[in-house]
Amino acid sequence: MQIIRSRTIHDVVIVGSGAGGGMAAKVLTEAGANVLMLEAGVMFDTRRDSKMMAWPYQSPRRGLAIPERQFGEFDAGWGGWTLDGEPYTTAPGERFDWFRTRMLGGRTNHWGRISLRFGPDDFRRKSLDGLGDDWPITYDDLKPYYDSIDRYIGLFGSNEGLPNDPDGIFQPPPRPRCYELLIKQASERLRIRCIPIRLSILTQPLNGRPACHYCGQCGRACAAHANFSSPSVLIPPALATKRLTIVTNAMAREVTVGNDGLANGVTYVDKNTGRDNHVQARIVVLAASACETARLLLNSKSSKFPLGLGNSSGVVGKYLTDTTGTGVRGFIPKMMGGVPHNEDGASGSHLFMPWWGDNQKLDFPRGYHIEIGGGRRMPGFGTLGGVHLYNGMGVEGRPINGGGYGKQLKDDYRRFYGSTVGFAGRGEMIPNENSYCEIDPAVVDRWGIPVLRFHWKWTDHELKQVKHMQETFRAIIHEMGGTPLTPMPSADQGYGIEPGGRIIHEVGCVRMGNDPKTSVLNSNCQAHDCRNLFVTDGGPFVTNPDKNVTWSILALAMRTSEYIANQRKANAI
Amino acid sequence: MKRRDVLKILLSAPAATMVWTDAEAMQAVSAAQTARAAAEPFVPKFFTATELRLVRVLADIVIPKDERSGSATDAGVPEFMDFMMIEQPARQVAMRGGLAWLDRECQLRFDKMFLDCSGAQRTAVLDDIAWPAKAQPEFAHGVAFFNSFRDLTAAGFWTTRMGIDDLQYLGNRSVARWNGCPDAALKKLGVSYD
Repeated sequence: MQIIRSRTIHDVVIVGSGAGGGMAAKVLTEAGANVLMLEAGVMFDTRRDSKMMAWPYQSPRRGLAIPERQFGEFDAGWGGWTLDGEPYTTAPGERFDWFRTRMLGGRTNHWGRISLRFGPDDFRRKSLDGLGDDWPITYDDLKPYYDSIDRYIGLFGSNEGLPNDPDGIFQPPPRPRCYELLIKQASERLRIRCIPIRLSILTQPLNGRPACHYCGQCGRACAAHANFSSPSVLIPPALATKRLTIVTNAMAREVTVGNDGLANGVTYVDKNTGRDNHVQARIVVLAASACETARLLLNSKSSKFPLGLGNSSGVVGKYLTDTTGTGVRGFIPKMMGGVPHNEDGASGSHLFMPWWGDNQKLDFPRGYHIEIGGGRRMPGFGTLGGVHLYNGMGVEGRPINGGGYGKQLKDDYRRFYGSTVGFAGRGEMIPNENSYCEIDPAVVDRWGIPVLRFHWKWTDHELKQVKHMQETFRAIIHEMGGTPLTPMPSADQGYGIEPGGRIIHEVGCVRMGNDPKTSVLNSNCQAHDCRNLFVTDGGPFVTNPDKNVTWSILALAMRTSEYIANQRKANAI
Repeated sequence: MKRRDVLKILLSAPAATMVWTDAEAMQAVSAAQTARAAAEPFVPKFFTATELRLVRVLADIVIPKDERSGSATDAGVPEFMDFMMIEQPARQVAMRGGLAWLDRECQLRFDKMFLDCSGAQRTAVLDDIAWPAKAQPEFAHGVAFFNSFRDLTAAGFWTTRMGIDDLQYLGNRSVARWNGCPDAALKKLGVSYD
């Protein structure tokens, strides 16, 4: 079958429609470029497709995950750590779980909206502790873009003047829930600072979008557009210019290159027909996600680029990192028999603990922040599960023996409802040479595209950090008079560290840098080897600080896109 | 967008949710409801007729009817469990084997199946497996089964309208202004906004 070749030459083709692709589309179309966007998944409209306000009993599964929606059947995200027909492999004895969301907007549809700027130190870690590498840019280079997205997209938070957790342009944060104040009390007694979290959820109307209505279900997609997702905030202004064309179900196979060594378009599989299509463009922007972008480059081999496009350094696929993570839940007898009230609030916690430690006094580098949860949440599959783990001393001084049956159990369920809290640590992994992805020499996906093979190893840096998380969470639970619901994980259990990829903050693989021998992109996220090829997803990240990556993907994507627009204006590309 | 328009969208949400629910899933729910309404016997897809009788009795022992709400069978828990066994086949052997363990234990002690035992006899067996912290090691398999059965009963019960009302969950609604938690809730935990 012949490849269907379009004769139209677009100014820009963007692969991907999430944070990086959506931002590139907005900036470039508004700067006058005609843009074609390729999205491997389905069309998604938050107004039409949101499952906001569904009750668990509207489905016989009661909200449980299904293979197509691995965060629960009401979650907005179409995707998961496994996709039918789209395998990946891992090196023997190693584990990396790769999460892919196949829909317009990608993972911005169901992320946690935690929007933390990287701090000044995060861009120069090697200079500070000798590990990893410095970025080719500084906080000051990125600050104006953080400011722009704060103003345009909006988020709530509080200015605290912390040296490495920069202030922003915040809307007022929502009041904490009562149990969050209890956590704050205990946390501060242990000298751990607990402050309002920073979420890209509006508490005041902004740019035509309404304030939050506090149903607490951002992950189901907000039909009111009160939180950030690419399809609700970035795609609409790009479409309004009439210069954006979106092609869904378009799985990119290869970036094509002309005789001049410049990128000249993208070949993609139309998943509806199974046929290959080729589109032409003067500039190619990859925003397919760190690993998918690396895969696309490695699969774009030609006589000029035998190791894959942009890969003369051999660095494509290298320096892959995810966030470290572990969690513990605790049963807090003081919270038993709580006063009934609606504490849904904004999605996620209203408070968090930014990194507070002093590495001089610790046995691991870098740090983590703590996310919290608990309280009287909407019942779903798993609610009040594991009741036999609830043990301890009740407030009345009567011991609680978790378990049982009958009237006693039914009353216990009522008393226990809303009486647990949860802590999750999210920490910085140091890039290491044993964690990377490459093309599997034997395996292809259902369209014949060679797939990724992952290599993954934690080092002592991460394991000691996660041990510290577990000890800290347990100390807070005890300080609250509670009992952890699970025992302290052992060294053999990696202190409870989640497998690589499970926190879904994977970045790196096409890192930026000043030296073309050790990096794929320059300081403008432009390929050293190919001046009309750019990357705007998490791929360019040199390190992976403990600040959830989306806000920095957006800021860096905006900076890169403005650079592209200026280069176009100057006729430099 | 104006507040009025937002509310319009929110109000239309329940209807919109019908679109995404699997036809199959909705069928299962309405089939269970219709069957109950018409008093037609529910035809399980996983449980045998005998197993279903045991499941009904056991689920109601776990969550009985009381002054505040109905029992597990009133909330359709056995039908929910049957659906889950088909939905997640990995649960099947443990469920079937656990029910068999219970009958076998009753046979050993009383020469009767669980359903034929007296209330006191049933209680004697359940008391040995219902509190993991004080259970004897020889009952470990019974404990594991009962933990799992209790959790599934809870999942099926507390996610129904009846269960949600019983728990007095007051959310999943549009709130014009978030004021935090009421004074009574703050006071109970000994915290404040000052």
